Amino acid sequence: MGCVEDLGYEVLKSGVSFAECRAFIEEHCSEVFYVNPGFKIFDKCLIGVPPIAIGLDGPVVILPYTKPCYGTFILKVQSAEEADMIRKKGRKKP
Amino acid sequence: MHDNENSGPLLILGCPEVPVQQALALYSAHRFGEHGRELRIAGNTAVLQLLRVSDPGKVYVKKMMDLDRCIEDLSTKKLEPEVCIVFAHSDAGISYATTIRYLTEGRLIAVVFGREAEALGAQLDIPCEKIVEKAVHNPGQLRKKLDEVMGWAVSKT
Repeated sequence: MGCVEDLGYEVLKSGVSFAECRAFIEEHCSEVFYVNPGFKIFDKCLIGVPPIAIGLDGPVVILPYTKPCYGTFILKVQSAEEADMIRKKGRKKP
Repeated sequence: MHDNENSGPLLILGCPEVPVQQALALYSAHRFGEHGRELRIAGNTAVLQLLRVSDPGKVYVKKMMDLDRCIEDLSTKKLEPEVCIVFAHSDAGISYATTIRYLTEGRLIAVVFGREAEALGAQLDIPCEKIVEKAVHNPGQLRKKLDEVMGWAVSKT
């Protein structure tokens, strides 16, 4: 996600593990979908350990974002288009 | 032997904070070079800059690329490495190694190191060859294991 700076994101949590990230999304998001590593969202591949949880709340997308030196961030991004894409392509079960 | 541009060996590096990684990256490039193969090394800006400064004449490291670009090229099959080595010493490293497994079909060797190597190695649940060693400053044992897995060990017979 080289262009993550362009997304207008909010960082909900930083420096979490992939397991903590999944638990946070499952606990805090009204809709949860699951995808595999490499799933494309915002034109970039998601990095993670399956099943990767993505949270939705209307047009809001809650997703993990992993950097080699900083671990995983949980980002909140407003995008009705990507939210609908996840509803179509994501799995409801892990 | 000359590698096809997109199928040659690939090394994915993690955060450069653990010293053994840098040594083993240069060592791997040297070993592949001995076998007539150019190793492509992918990492973030910091890790690539360390390599540039360590090998100014590009004696060992011939090809480098940005990690995000590498992931993108793997996902679009622009890169299809026959063999890929991933270095991991953190939770993020395990996430990257797992993702690489999903994006590539070739041989995958995960080198898990650092103070938490054993716990991290246990979390890595993908089909791959796994090297786990609690190495931080001394790359000796990791080099030995890498030699064995890669077939680089010198025959003593």
